[in-house]
Amino acid sequence: MTENPKLTKKDFVSNQEVKWCPGCGDYAILSSVQLAMAQLGVQPHNVAVISGIGCSSRFPYYVDSFGMHSIHGRAPAVTSGVKIANPALDVWMITGDGDSLSIGGNHFIHILRRNIDINIVLFNNQIYGLTKGQYSPTSKQGTVTKSSPYGSLDRTFNPAELAMGSGATFYARTMDTDPKHMIETFKAAHAHKGTSLVEVLQNCVIFNDKVHEQYTARATRDDYSVRLEAGKPLVFGKDKNKGLILKGFSLEVVTIGEDGITEADLVVHDPSSRALAQMLADLHAPEKPVAIGVLRQVEEEVYETELVKQMDSVVAKKGKMNIKELINSGETWTV
Amino acid sequence: MNSTEIDYVTIRFSGDSGDGMQLTGTQFSNTSAMMGNDLSTFPDFPAEIRAPQGTIAGISGFQVNFGAVDIFTHGDEPHALVAMNPAALKANLADIKLGGTIIVNNDAFTELNLKKAGYTSDPLESDEMTKYKLVKANLTSQTIEALKDIDIDKKSKSRCKNFYALGMTYFIYTRDMKPTLKWIEQKFAKYPDLVKANSIALKTGYNFAETIEVINEPYIIKPAAIEPGTYRQINGNTATAWGLMCAAEKAELELFLGSYPITPATDILHELAKFKHLGVKTFQAEDEIAGICSAIGASFSGDLGLTTSSGPGIALKGEALNLAIMLEIPLVVVNVQRGGPSTGLPTKTEQSDLLQALGGRNGDSPMIIVAAKSPSDSFHMAYEAARLSIEHMTPCMLLTDGYIANGSEPWKLPNTDTDYRKIKVQRASESEIVDGKYLPYLRDAKTLVRKWAIPGMKGFEHRVGGLEKQVDTGNVCYEPANHETMTHIRRDKVQNVQNNIPKQEVNGKESGDILLITWGGTYGACHSAMHTLIAEGKNVSHMHISYINPMPSNVGTIINGFKKVIVAELNCGQMKDVINARFNCNASGYNKVQGLPFKIAEIKGMINRELEQL
Repeated sequence: MTENPKLTKKDFVSNQEVKWCPGCGDYAILSSVQLAMAQLGVQPHNVAVISGIGCSSRFPYYVDSFGMHSIHGRAPAVTSGVKIANPALDVWMITGDGDSLSIGGNHFIHILRRNIDINIVLFNNQIYGLTKGQYSPTSKQGTVTKSSPYGSLDRTFNPAELAMGSGATFYARTMDTDPKHMIETFKAAHAHKGTSLVEVLQNCVIFNDKVHEQYTARATRDDYSVRLEAGKPLVFGKDKNKGLILKGFSLEVVTIGEDGITEADLVVHDPSSRALAQMLADLHAPEKPVAIGVLRQVEEEVYETELVKQMDSVVAKKGKMNIKELINSGETWTV
Repeated sequence: MNSTEIDYVTIRFSGDSGDGMQLTGTQFSNTSAMMGNDLSTFPDFPAEIRAPQGTIAGISGFQVNFGAVDIFTHGDEPHALVAMNPAALKANLADIKLGGTIIVNNDAFTELNLKKAGYTSDPLESDEMTKYKLVKANLTSQTIEALKDIDIDKKSKSRCKNFYALGMTYFIYTRDMKPTLKWIEQKFAKYPDLVKANSIALKTGYNFAETIEVINEPYIIKPAAIEPGTYRQINGNTATAWGLMCAAEKAELELFLGSYPITPATDILHELAKFKHLGVKTFQAEDEIAGICSAIGASFSGDLGLTTSSGPGIALKGEALNLAIMLEIPLVVVNVQRGGPSTGLPTKTEQSDLLQALGGRNGDSPMIIVAAKSPSDSFHMAYEAARLSIEHMTPCMLLTDGYIANGSEPWKLPNTDTDYRKIKVQRASESEIVDGKYLPYLRDAKTLVRKWAIPGMKGFEHRVGGLEKQVDTGNVCYEPANHETMTHIRRDKVQNVQNNIPKQEVNGKESGDILLITWGGTYGACHSAMHTLIAEGKNVSHMHISYINPMPSNVGTIINGFKKVIVAELNCGQMKDVINARFNCNASGYNKVQGLPFKIAEIKGMINRELEQL
């Protein structure tokens, strides 16, 4: 018997009944994460899945690993402690647009800033589901909900731009309608050292149905989204005949073959470019294709690795100490 | 020269927050400790780092009470005041014992400074001052003059005036200058000019006091009859930090502190941040909530999670405290209480967070609560907080306060090998695996404590969270009867801690006319007062409660032995209400909410009045 036998998806499925609404995008995300875990060869006992509050945050109950369904918005802080205390763990954080971008906005930006090596899966359905349908920070302005019967007034948060501003070292976007892409994206996030943020465009079938339809539905998504691949030109469209060029300070849509445009004129994707990542983050359908894939990836110092190094260097310099030595050190006197 | 022997002396050093009064007071205290005196100190500084110079708002004070006798408080009425400017005089004069010595920096009594302090005429010339022994010294100009041959700028020379003043007090109270001279040498090792300047200032001040015969007969304060042992000076925040490190070592766990700076608790973070070589991880979180949540995460992973704060921060941590209560994992929470509500009095002491600790959360949310009674006791109670939290798998809150956190006293060093036992971690084992499934909420039948399985333990994968748990399995469960059962389990589990804490002790007889009940940092003043009254033969006793929730099982019996029960505390009667609710004993309250500790005389006076009325 090998120490770590090859696992399948079912090794990551808990005995708890999944209680999301029928047709919810969350099912596909759960399945994709479980498949990715199996394919990555991680062991359930070394995995910790931490969430906040909201529909998405029930996720840990359904994964047969260590897990914690914490409190609203605080998953990044809990996760930080979990990973710092045991850097050997494979730590995943599950959150939603309300959990991370509203009530937990502060913790969300700071985990990205610190670059703690965890994988964040941000379910973005542009609505509050569990509290039954209020607008969220990612809802479009004017969204009509029970708490905004005349349309929401709040301007919209773009999670990608917020992440870039917070110093995210890995940011990717995927969609609940494309399990294959989700699995590949989760694997890429897992491979990245540092905080990996994956925004999943997820459909809330009850309160915000089809909000991502245009750029996520099989029939139309090729025309309204661009799949990013490092080193490859930004091509999209059902017929692969559209692309993005740099015009001034923004990306403009062109048709290959028209006006003398060839593939060589298109912007080549480079996830290490912050400027490009920010332009990609700012692409909105239907005028422009929504960027899908890894928008940004750079190697930066990882918090817990640096902490271990710092602790080791202090030990190297001062030697290990125990409490007895400490209390008897320095200025003491004997009576 | 002749000298006068006295039992104890209280001195207050006061000046602008930039005048170095904390340092001056600390040097005086450390020297006195080295000379064998018992002592207690209390720094009193403004919330502002550098409030406008010369104003009362900017006054920073440090009081030390030292003696040849047992000392439990920083002293009721200072016998001497060092006032570096008019504002320092104005802010403190009313507290000084009539006939006491007042050393003022005469150079600072300028028209401008008098105005800033709110004086319309020179107080040094007033009749009021004839009630004291006034020593006018030109501290600034004389220090600068003494340092004329040293190659540092005038401002730096002027900064040495606190050592000049310290030197004067060293003469008056026959203090040994050597410990301070040695400290100056070490502190300014990289700046030889500053070593010279500060040393000369100290010695010149000493000689000046001798030359002008500031006092006819310098005071002698003999060493106190102190229990043999090795001692060090320690303040409450340092002791708290060390006690927690001790507990982590005894539990063989790594200590993880998640914290956000807040007065007066921040020094615990500062202290623990130094000790990476003791395996301590400190995480300065983005806010109070992240502080506790990261600590919960760390505990979930198998560290000893700790978060430190003060009242307003604890308010923010409330939801997370409840999460830890539901998760049933170890978590130590330290509340260094300050004056409230809201931002209140950040640098002043109070005991008004008791009810917050007991009940400041949603739901039926029982938590273990212990309180430290003095700076050095913070070490012991911090260890106890961690021990109880680990052994009972539930959060424990340690209450200290600004007075004992910043106050210091000599601490007889414990033998950590024998005085502090190992703490047993409740690690999960095969016996909780039933039909191939780990049951995370199976409990010990007697203690009701569940076991602790941490990530990395194969076969023990499980999920926890803030939603109600099913008995044994820990699965989410909304069934009415299950919720009631779980609520009772959480309550009884905390109540069972009673079997794991020492019995309540009483100073004095176990029955009598009056029982004074106290808790937390008021111990010193109340103990001193009651000790004297008991020695005088009064039929009174003192019960100081360290274990607040649950209380020791014999508290009720003790209470029943007295005709009258009085609860003295620095709030409007929170413990009194708790005592009355639990023991129905018609206790009355003695309360003070001025941001200041009790004075011994206040407690004595109150008890004497109560005795007369019995």
